[in-house]
Amino acid sequence: MRVTFTANGKPVEADDVWEGESLLYVLRERVGLPGSKNACEQGECGSCTVYLDGVPVCSCLVAAGQVQDREVRTVEGLAEETGELGLVQQAFVDAGAVQCGFCTPGLLVQTDALLEKDTQPSDNDIREALSGNLCRCTGYEKIMDAVRLASARKCAGEVS
Amino acid sequence: MEFLRPATWDEALAAKAEYPTALPIAGGTDVMVELNFDVHRPSAILDLNRVTELTEWTNDGSVVRLGASVPYARIISELSGPLPGLALAAHTVGSPQIRNRGGVGGNLGAASPAGDSHPALLAAGRDVHVEAASVRGTRLIPIDEFYVGVKRNCLEADELIRAVHVPVADGPQQFSKIGTRNAMVIAVCAFGFALHPKNGTVGTGIGSAAPTPRRAVEAEEYLQGVLAERGLWESGELLGTEVVQRFGELVKAAASPIDDVRGTADYRRHALAVMARRTLTWCWNDYGKQIRSAA
Amino acid sequence: MATRTIQGQKNLQNINQASKDGIGGSPLRPDGNLKVRGEFAYSSDLWHEDMLWGMALRSPHPRANILSVDISEALKVPGVYAVLTHEDIPGSKYYGLEIRDQPVLAIDKIRYHGEAIALVAADHPETARRAVKKIKVEYEVLTPIVTEEQCLDPETHGYVHEPHEYKSHAYGNICHEQKLVSGLGVTDEVRAMADVIVSGDYEVGMQDQAFLGPESGLAVPAEDGGIDLYIATQWLHVDREQMAPVLDLPEEKVRLTLAGVGGAFGGREDISMQIHACLLAQHTDKPVKIVYSRDESFYGHVHRHPARMHYEHGATRDGKLVFADCRIVLDGGAYASASPAVVGNAASLGHGPYVIPNVKMHAIALYSNNPSCGAMRGFGAVQAAFGYESQMDKLAAELGMDPVELRQLNAMSEGDFMPTGQQIDSPAPVVELLQRAKDMPLPPPLDTEHLDVRALPGALSNTSHGEGIVRGVGYSVGIKNVGFSEGFDDYSTARVRLEVIGGEPVAMVHTAMAEVGQGGVTVHAQIVRTELGVEQVTIHPANTEVGSAGSTSASRQTYMTGGAVKLAAEAVGRALIEKGRRRYGWTHQDITLAGGKVVSESAGVLVPMVDLLGDEAIDLTREHHHRPTQAFDKETGQGFGHVQYTFCANRAVVDVDVELGLVKVVELTAVQDVGKALNPLSVVGQIQGGCTQALGLAVMEEIIVRDGKVRNASFTDYLIPTILDTPPIPVDVLELPDPHAPYGLRGVGEAPTVSATPSIVAAIRNATGLALNRIPVRPEHLTTEQPG
Repeated sequence: MRVTFTANGKPVEADDVWEGESLLYVLRERVGLPGSKNACEQGECGSCTVYLDGVPVCSCLVAAGQVQDREVRTVEGLAEETGELGLVQQAFVDAGAVQCGFCTPGLLVQTDALLEKDTQPSDNDIREALSGNLCRCTGYEKIMDAVRLASARKCAGEVS
Repeated sequence: MEFLRPATWDEALAAKAEYPTALPIAGGTDVMVELNFDVHRPSAILDLNRVTELTEWTNDGSVVRLGASVPYARIISELSGPLPGLALAAHTVGSPQIRNRGGVGGNLGAASPAGDSHPALLAAGRDVHVEAASVRGTRLIPIDEFYVGVKRNCLEADELIRAVHVPVADGPQQFSKIGTRNAMVIAVCAFGFALHPKNGTVGTGIGSAAPTPRRAVEAEEYLQGVLAERGLWESGELLGTEVVQRFGELVKAAASPIDDVRGTADYRRHALAVMARRTLTWCWNDYGKQIRSAA
Repeated sequence: MATRTIQGQKNLQNINQASKDGIGGSPLRPDGNLKVRGEFAYSSDLWHEDMLWGMALRSPHPRANILSVDISEALKVPGVYAVLTHEDIPGSKYYGLEIRDQPVLAIDKIRYHGEAIALVAADHPETARRAVKKIKVEYEVLTPIVTEEQCLDPETHGYVHEPHEYKSHAYGNICHEQKLVSGLGVTDEVRAMADVIVSGDYEVGMQDQAFLGPESGLAVPAEDGGIDLYIATQWLHVDREQMAPVLDLPEEKVRLTLAGVGGAFGGREDISMQIHACLLAQHTDKPVKIVYSRDESFYGHVHRHPARMHYEHGATRDGKLVFADCRIVLDGGAYASASPAVVGNAASLGHGPYVIPNVKMHAIALYSNNPSCGAMRGFGAVQAAFGYESQMDKLAAELGMDPVELRQLNAMSEGDFMPTGQQIDSPAPVVELLQRAKDMPLPPPLDTEHLDVRALPGALSNTSHGEGIVRGVGYSVGIKNVGFSEGFDDYSTARVRLEVIGGEPVAMVHTAMAEVGQGGVTVHAQIVRTELGVEQVTIHPANTEVGSAGSTSASRQTYMTGGAVKLAAEAVGRALIEKGRRRYGWTHQDITLAGGKVVSESAGVLVPMVDLLGDEAIDLTREHHHRPTQAFDKETGQGFGHVQYTFCANRAVVDVDVELGLVKVVELTAVQDVGKALNPLSVVGQIQGGCTQALGLAVMEEIIVRDGKVRNASFTDYLIPTILDTPPIPVDVLELPDPHAPYGLRGVGEAPTVSATPSIVAAIRNATGLALNRIPVRPEHLTTEQPG
């Protein structure tokens, strides 16, 4: 079947999509957006998190046909329009929150969504919001630092 | 495999009638796992995402009609007042991302004994109904009759779940779940509890400790008896250790769990007794406070 | 080189980064920007326009004879390009990391659940799945050999490998064995010298590396008849060594390039899909991509050896250790993998960082029909540490001593001898590490006034509002070796090129080191900056065009390949200065390189590098060999076996819901000597990550195997810690230089994984008073499976 949707603001089209395919597969293998990652494909790791109509979801659990005419935003769409790193992306690099980086795309989308809703989350809020994103390398401490840093920068940016 | 995309509820029912083996998909949080891992190859997939009324709920003051696809995240944020037990259960489902997609309809459709909604729905009162529909019409199935076996429910092949009807809470409700991790975990076992002071009943629901979700009927009857005989509904006085213990033992006795990779049968029974005691205590303490503050 | 191009993959090209930070600084990762943009190409991201998808058929049985394999129906599936069995292999049919005992595809026999039997190449993963299901295999199912008792009684239960097939010193289902005796050994006379004796039986479950990036890669057939493989691995050259004979190609025609690696932790030290993808590419003459699904990943790589251990310790009344005796049985599963090295580590490190006058040890790895086990972070030492640290707590309780004081009383320090007879010839600050862990301020007690369920055991599962919760504190310390041991010449190669690009001196580093997330590429750039005084550094993609960098394992890469980069950069620097001496006739003895210039400390700037270099490049390659080690004597275990030792101490604070058996680790402190922190930010990140994997082993992680069958091959049932399970991890880093190591550094990655698990179990014991002789500790161990 053919599936057309909007990815990071641009219309995309995929042909010969098998009906059982996931959005994740279409993004990675058909429309050249491999940033969302394929770690578990059962909704247990969060590495494939994307925005679907503005809501963060596991793209491995969305059937390709379900995104017809809808809007998807992936890690590739988090950078500024100028091409600079987005605020959350920069904070993850600066805080040392990236090691192997396989969990990073999903964490970035989920963190972006958290800070959109709450610019100053408590530590427990951060832990709850990121509890669906597994990381095997960092022990999460630098990820906590990165979210705190992004939060601080976002608040500072909003004041100035 | 076909991919069916009805735009309206009527179209969805017509499609299900035409393709009775089609697998409905809404949040995808169960269905896609089965597709990704080649567990299941249905003849067709019936996408319900375009049927917007499934993502709506109404509250007439006594009953919430909860659309099958209202995601757990919205149950938590919008319905923790009228449906506190279900909202607590929703908060234990998977991850935030899963809670953004999954809804009660999917839990009911999969009918896994480990589904997190079930204990809360069972405890929420005798008048919880699953609204099932087909081109033949609509029926309301009492929740007690809905689960018929391991991962089996009583839906006909041409039926879809439209909504679940849950009475608005008239007393405190609680939900506890055991997992071997502090987040994103499938229940080792779970327990839902609710006080229904208006009709002098209590509700229970046991998850992951029997072939189907089930109530602890004897425990409910025992507790109702004690509450009525001792005038505790009116006084709100403490239950006493003996009653709480006995209730826990009866909940434990109502379970028929197995040993599996997630936990042992013995542990499940043990944990159910503990959760039963704790949730009863929390609810009763809240109820007592309400009574005293009303006095 | 590949004649066909891989879709725009920026990390398969040079990555350039400018920074002023040399060693000791914490510059940002050179690959960090690509990773946060989603533009870093992991091995599963590679894409080629006419590529096929490869997939394996795997055995549902742990032990069986294969009576027949019928691929005819699978071949008829439209879109299928090849179906291969072992009969289609052009060269050798076996591979293996240390012992080549594993068939590339099963030959007549199945030895573990999930063993690959046949391969399919097709135009879509779903086509491949359908075809795999159409391959018909007739099995004669046999009773698997899975317990220690069954393995050690082959006359009754049979052999996993027929003895005449053994390709090593294996015998009677024992893959490898190491004994050790020091002092007087452990005899009745020695036992009589102790006032107090404690003993215990301990068990460690099978842990998985659970890296997030699944095994994957893209094999591209080349016009010269060779093959190019883009792959996530820990050691490009050892993969090639095992691949070439199977593909019947000379090594130079098997070219490997490292694609992005989504974590490794030992699980990529062995071959997974490398040979399979290349075989399919050879047969179809098309690029072939294989990406494991998560369940296949659990079948497709080796795990941490489960262990059963018996320990006995004797001490004087005042707490001085008199003797220690230990037997460690590791289940190596169906194939050898790294079992010999794991046994060597368990035997030589299995008595911990303690001075013990009389020691006996017997460690074995079994061949069984369980999943193969091999390398995982801290191997051999992790299992043993749970045993000896549990024993230290038991002994302290028996003596009525403080557990930290008992450890400190017996702790080894520089100049002491290992039970192997090897003298510790660099700092071993075991006493200080423990003291620092103990002296760190404790976290505040549970705030029962303002409860947030998210901070309690069970968290959002809402199991407690404060009921049943008891706090416990526990301590531990561990020892790990760095680098490959027992006489192995574990060298690394590095190439450094200095030239002028865009008017600036730029240094390029080219190694075959597998960057698996640890930050090796960051450190390489820092080393080059320090040695050559430049800011611009380019990281060349890791590939087999340059010599081996050894494995990214055994905490060795900064020491070994970092050391090689240092040697190569120093050589380039010397060559540059020599060029200046020749050209300008300098006679200064105090010339250094700094700020892009050649500088004399006495005479100031001599010349900018750009002027001295002109159009010429200096391009030199160096190998770094660590000091030689010796094999351990088979009977006595004596020998200078290890390159370097590393130590970490932990304090764990836990809240346990003692009624439900649920645990929340509240804080996990780590104190570690790293010799020299080349990149402090990365060092702390390694220690925190290592502690978290140890936390997983302590309370949740286990591959459950029943009768040889894996029961939880998914992230739904193999649980690793989430951010709600992982506490704050304060890290205190000591820097006591090792005079034998580059910059005095000490390998970092594994020590915390060795030491942290026992501290958590000790804390749970402290909260519950239970013995807890098995990890992971499960809720039922704290409740229903306890007497009373």
